[in-house]
Amino acid sequence: MTRCIAVCSIGSVDKGILEHIAKQISTRCGLICEIYPEMERPEYAYNVTRCQYDSRPILKRLIQYCKDDTKLLGVTQVDLYVPILKYIFGLAQVGGGCSLISLHRLCPEFYDQPSDPALLLERAEKTAMHELGHALGLTHCRELHCVMYSSTSIENTDFKNPDFCPTCFELFKWYLEI
Amino acid sequence: MAKKPSILIIDDELAIRESLKDWLMEDDYEVDLASSGEDAVALALKKDWEVILLDLKMPGMDGIETLRKLKDKEIDTKAEIILMTAYATIETAVQAMKEGAFDYLVKPFDPDEVEIQIKRIIEHKELVLENVLLRQKLEERSEYDEIIGKSDAMQEIFEMISRVAPTDSTVLITGESGTGKELIAQALHGNSQRCYMPFIAVSCGALPDSLLESELFGYEKGAFTGAEYTKRGRFEMADKGTLFLDEIGDISLKTQVDLLRVLQQKEFRRVGGQDLIKIDVRILSATNRNLKKAIEERRFRDDLYYRLNVISIHVPPLRDRKEDISLLVETFIHRYCLELNKEPVKIVPSAMKLLMAYDWPGNVRELENVIERAIVIGKGTEIVSEDLPFSRKELKADGFPKSLKMMEKIHIERILAETDWNITRAARELHIDRQTLYNKIEKHKIERKG
Repeated sequence: MTRCIAVCSIGSVDKGILEHIAKQISTRCGLICEIYPEMERPEYAYNVTRCQYDSRPILKRLIQYCKDDTKLLGVTQVDLYVPILKYIFGLAQVGGGCSLISLHRLCPEFYDQPSDPALLLERAEKTAMHELGHALGLTHCRELHCVMYSSTSIENTDFKNPDFCPTCFELFKWYLEI
Repeated sequence: MAKKPSILIIDDELAIRESLKDWLMEDDYEVDLASSGEDAVALALKKDWEVILLDLKMPGMDGIETLRKLKDKEIDTKAEIILMTAYATIETAVQAMKEGAFDYLVKPFDPDEVEIQIKRIIEHKELVLENVLLRQKLEERSEYDEIIGKSDAMQEIFEMISRVAPTDSTVLITGESGTGKELIAQALHGNSQRCYMPFIAVSCGALPDSLLESELFGYEKGAFTGAEYTKRGRFEMADKGTLFLDEIGDISLKTQVDLLRVLQQKEFRRVGGQDLIKIDVRILSATNRNLKKAIEERRFRDDLYYRLNVISIHVPPLRDRKEDISLLVETFIHRYCLELNKEPVKIVPSAMKLLMAYDWPGNVRELENVIERAIVIGKGTEIVSEDLPFSRKELKADGFPKSLKMMEKIHIERILAETDWNITRAARELHIDRQTLYNKIEKHKIERKG
């Protein structure tokens, strides 16, 4: 029975962002969300040709690092990809337990916009909830405002709410067995 | 579970296959993988998909050759094929389109681009499916004017219908495929206070999850790509009447949550809608699955099960009520002679004996098909053994075939009927792998009935 969620940084990540994500998960899921010690920067996953980091070996390490039934969410600053896609905001195996998000393309600066810490926190929170949902077994939702709505661009992320729609929330609880 | 849109990925690179599969599964697609054109062609002889993502450059059979094979007469895939290439040139693109590809994408993909492409295809195919189902519904005559049976089991069901029909309780009707569960539902509606209001039936297992959601709850204009107008769902159509949810055991966990909410609150929102719509609908449902087992396996919610199963009616398989066969045969002969404009025919005792000896894995529906066929192909004024699709040699008087081969065929037919032709489940129950089951279906020339 899953009752514990944890977040951990992969390489250096602003402590305030991690705390915000943990707090939001706790509030929204009604569960304790711990912060685990930082994991090493994922140089092992760096692809010189693409100048990006392959998310799959990182997720693999996260799974090895994970204790018991804890659902672990990794947060990293590096730019992630999977071989078939140009970029990803995050990765999780549906129902696999662990998930990973990248802050790289969530920063307004990436889109040549002025720094906006509040907007970054909001995007990080939404992406974290989305990947956590996948890790538990949820798939994409057709409800435009639901956090499980597919985000293939930052505009999708900005448009949706940080919450699950009532149906996805029920499913989220079902998968968490609460 | 409800049928998910399916996609085949053909690529020789494991990393590409797997990363694409993981990504597509976030959208709840059913994904199959093939590591070469040869593998894909072998797989396509047994299965089809909505979309095929095909790598252009592969060792052995390359993308263009694979495309040709998939499109030729022997396979004739109905899937739309998207070619994937690392280096697109105008020439390859033109050639791919000429050969019948839907489009081509350059690797690595832009997530937005591939998602839109696949959704467009799936939505188009769902629209076609919706159309086909609608046409089937229109062409479907009311299959039976009445439920037929003189057996004790059927008498008990008649008694149950008369007691339960006037109430507003939910009823779960269980029984194998072809036993006439929808008829029971129609009888419950027809004998209720709601009989002058609509009886709306939805075959949940036939529809992909997203289409089922739209069917049940309707949608608002602009709710998703393709929602060009506001559409009322079946719940709204059934207001003040009865909604019959067939194959309820096949719905996804997501739809189960939505359904439970409607049952509890008697109101819902259209997909993409803000307004709550109140409804007064009696829910009847049916399944050929073992829902208690599904609950144990956490594939079906127990809270929904108890809501749906206030009253349960089990329709026994035809093999357990053989005393009904003669009455059913008589009714079907009468019906089809009229319908096919034929002189009234009789069935000779030896042919009737064969019907009594058969196991009827497809139940009443199969018996009806057998009689219709016999009337169509029969030459005289009598139905004789030769007019039936199984010969005397194949059956012993007690209903068991003499040959091991026939026994195997009948057993496989029964399991396939019980699992509603879910190959994975049927193979599991038969303790063989899927490939072996496919081979046996081919060997015995087993076809889906009804």
